Amino acid sequence: MRWIRQNLVVIAGLLTLAYMILPNIVVMVFSFNKPAGRFNYAWQEFSTDAWKDPCGVADMCGSLSLSLQIALWATIGSTLLGSMIAFALVRYRFRARGAINSLIFLPMAMPEVVMAASLLTLFLNLGAELGFWTILIAHTMFCLSFVVVAVKARVLSMDPRLEEAARDLYAGPVQTFVRVTLPIAAPGIAAGAMLAFALSFDDFIITNFNSGNTVTFPMFVWGSAQRGTPVQINVIGTAMFVIAVLVVVTGQLISSRRKNSALLK
Amino acid sequence: MTVTEAPPAAPVPEPVEPVVHKQSVRRKLIPYWLLLPGILWLVVFFALPMVYQASTSVQTGSLEEGFKVTWHVQTYWDALTEYYPQFLRSVLYAGTATILCLLLGYPLAYLIAFKAGRWRNLLLVLVIAPFFTSFLIRTLAWKTILADGGPVVDVLNSVGFLDVTSWLGMTEGNRLLATPLAVVCGLTYNFLPFMVLPLYTSLERIDPRLHEAAGDLYAKSSTTFRKVTFPLSMPGVVSGTLLTFIPASGDYVNAELLGSTDTKMVGNVIQSQFLRVLDYPTAAALSFILMAVVLIMVTVYIRRAGTEDLV
Repeated sequence: MRWIRQNLVVIAGLLTLAYMILPNIVVMVFSFNKPAGRFNYAWQEFSTDAWKDPCGVADMCGSLSLSLQIALWATIGSTLLGSMIAFALVRYRFRARGAINSLIFLPMAMPEVVMAASLLTLFLNLGAELGFWTILIAHTMFCLSFVVVAVKARVLSMDPRLEEAARDLYAGPVQTFVRVTLPIAAPGIAAGAMLAFALSFDDFIITNFNSGNTVTFPMFVWGSAQRGTPVQINVIGTAMFVIAVLVVVTGQLISSRRKNSALLK
Repeated sequence: MTVTEAPPAAPVPEPVEPVVHKQSVRRKLIPYWLLLPGILWLVVFFALPMVYQASTSVQTGSLEEGFKVTWHVQTYWDALTEYYPQFLRSVLYAGTATILCLLLGYPLAYLIAFKAGRWRNLLLVLVIAPFFTSFLIRTLAWKTILADGGPVVDVLNSVGFLDVTSWLGMTEGNRLLATPLAVVCGLTYNFLPFMVLPLYTSLERIDPRLHEAAGDLYAKSSTTFRKVTFPLSMPGVVSGTLLTFIPASGDYVNAELLGSTDTKMVGNVIQSQFLRVLDYPTAAALSFILMAVVLIMVTVYIRRAGTEDLV
């Protein structure tokens, strides 16, 4: 009893973590299910069929590759635009800074459905055809703010004296930027890009409003919740989870190894 | 943070030489060139759409005849009187989910920040990793977890939990799925990482020596938490609750997948008005009311909590 009271925080924290991981485990387990009907909600029997044939469902892998493409372009666009804004905001004093800060903050302080609906009214009024391009425009827009925040945090913690030192050693502005500024800002930019990719790839609400008849992966999953969920969805979900964990863990290992070797030198 | 990219020869105070002056003008323009593309993007695809939506909300007409701006402000009143239950539900569900997120997320953030030791990075990975499995897939998994006659329902039933929640009107009979509780559970689950991460960031910044100092001054651990840790974590609490409440109030996925027709939130109404009923003025008005409600609540809350350094 005393042990429980002393470790109350640890127990409560781990229970929360279990709550957060539980659906992932269910997704994993049900990727080995052989459902009886159209829906994969109740356990029937063990089978690896879905894993052997992950693209066996019509249109699913097409929507997956479309989502990957959109996420890739939205990441490139928002990372580029967002990093530029972040540098300008941290490194320079200029008028309209406050206004620009709130313009960047607002998309994050707005329920997604409001942004989604307003974009749709814009596209409807302009008579734009809903599809790949409208999704890409929308994703780049809402990822932008998150990139700015991630890059800003990193640039803020940078020591400006490092760049001064580079210039004292007669490095030109371009050289200073490429060889000093960019490498130091890189982790922030990478974090921003990863966040943008994850947000874009997973976005449902904004895509739902602005996709027309185009089906991204989240749209496919949404549709399948009405029509019938193939087991392959769980296969993709499991694969995504495993890949994400592997990527993050390898990234951690590389950065910790780099730190160690830097200490040794 | 001053202009740091000036070449070493350029004098920082008011330049006198005309050549240097020209250069400094160009230099002054650099931030604007950096900002231009991104800000333009936000103005065209974030601010301008709001204007279009404002204009849509005061239009009348039909899809066949086309819509015209008639300054029909009545739409707002009609929308509000017709859909106020959904509005109330949104605030109620999102508010409950936010409180639950805070109660559940705080111990986890505390655990990662102070007690995890070398497990810290692994725990952080486990908090972030679910992000990468499509949240729709994970929300669908809750259908399995909360299914009628499933283990969760059985256990909650046998301990009498469902009797209590039924009495409170949060569940119905022996069911969890398609009840308000299921929707709140889904919302809590979906937005927990948005609570845990800011909480963790602000807790991690606290100097552990402050805890020792409190202990040296004979504070019990509960007193230390109340007087030292919690006040210092306020920025995390404020940004965490905002990051949870705002998206939760506009969400319609949880209400759709885990709820029933009696649990529709305002997001569901906006979605169906825009995409199924095609009544654009009503949908636009609803969306604006939601935005106003959220912005007002957020402003009041930030004033009360007294934290300005949010972003």
